[in-house]
Amino acid sequence: MKTCLVVDDSKVIRKVARHILETLDLQVREAGDGREALEACLEAVPDVILLDWNMPVMSGMDFLRALRDANLPRRPRIVFCTTENGMAHIRAAIDAGADEYIMKPFDRDTLESKLQLVGMI
Amino acid sequence: MVQSASSGQSLAVLSALLEARTGQQIASHRSTRVDTVLLPLMRERRIETLDQLVYAVLDGRDPHLAGRVIDALVNGETSFFRDRHVFDNIVEVVTEVERAGRRARIWSAGCSTGQEPLSLAMIFAERQETHGTPMPEIVATDVSEAAIARARSGSYTQFEVQRGLPIRQMVRWFEGRPGNEWVARPELLRHIAFRQMNLTIDPAPGGSFDVVLCRNVMLYFAPEPKKRAFHTIAGAMRPTGLLILGAGETVMGQTDLFQLASAGRGMYQKSDMGDPAPRA
Repeated sequence: MKTCLVVDDSKVIRKVARHILETLDLQVREAGDGREALEACLEAVPDVILLDWNMPVMSGMDFLRALRDANLPRRPRIVFCTTENGMAHIRAAIDAGADEYIMKPFDRDTLESKLQLVGMI
Repeated sequence: MVQSASSGQSLAVLSALLEARTGQQIASHRSTRVDTVLLPLMRERRIETLDQLVYAVLDGRDPHLAGRVIDALVNGETSFFRDRHVFDNIVEVVTEVERAGRRARIWSAGCSTGQEPLSLAMIFAERQETHGTPMPEIVATDVSEAAIARARSGSYTQFEVQRGLPIRQMVRWFEGRPGNEWVARPELLRHIAFRQMNLTIDPAPGGSFDVVLCRNVMLYFAPEPKKRAFHTIAGAMRPTGLLILGAGETVMGQTDLFQLASAGRGMYQKSDMGDPAPRA
């Protein structure tokens, strides 16, 4: 079973994402900010990370940089999931190593489609 | 017993759902139609009122219900790169045609709001950039004037543009507009000739095609119109052409003009009877 780390400071978003991901047969872990996510990755590298942009403590972009420096045994797929929907943000995320990008609000079809594109389902 | 009365609130939710997913709106005078088109689904799920249906959609326990509701409300449900392997097959056919020294011709029959021909245009425009191969001629038709108008505009909602379209291709081929609208770039749209056409009545676009995509269209036709549509398509295809139907569709028992192609499931080529005389 593939594992997904949902990183978002909104409990509601994490709950909705977890519900959808579990129905897609993914095992889900949660983190409330970038630092918690980094700790979770050091503990066990997930197959895919659903990553918010704006979060307290450590943002999604800062997390990506820290993840790059962490020398993990394998690289998880990164799917940004954010309200930052402008082209400049999307380009910046791709340049920083994001594999896919979800513009919030998302629905089940969007999430399913993007997970298919990164080979998770 | 299923009740058809619909509350304004439920209609508003369904309208928002439809608009978010497709960009289409339910006008107030169409509320009766909403009840009618949703009744079979409600009966199937043993749901008695539209309010209960809306609750079940929002509840999310049945992950397919929202999609079924949308399918019922609009038959033009589509997405970018739907069934990806289909596009690999098309590239193979186009490559063969190019080897024979011709420019390939592709017809997207029942293109709805244009995601299918745009997916083709992206594939072949990128292939042209990397391999220097010619762009195939892409013709796209749909029975709905509204769908063709939207396809021509290349304009998609945030939800639509995220279905099936990889982010790098979205960045490469689309521009963001205010109001979460995403519009295909003119240099992509110019590769497609859009035209309104009823497959069961109108003549096919001129010339012969190497590939015809007609996915999830025939299933809405009664037997006789379906025969006419197969006849029209067969008449517009080259002898070696490939007809691609939807994953759940077949020609078996529907027409003698086509037979299963070696390319795989949902792919057909003309049979010995597949060069029909012009329709009277």
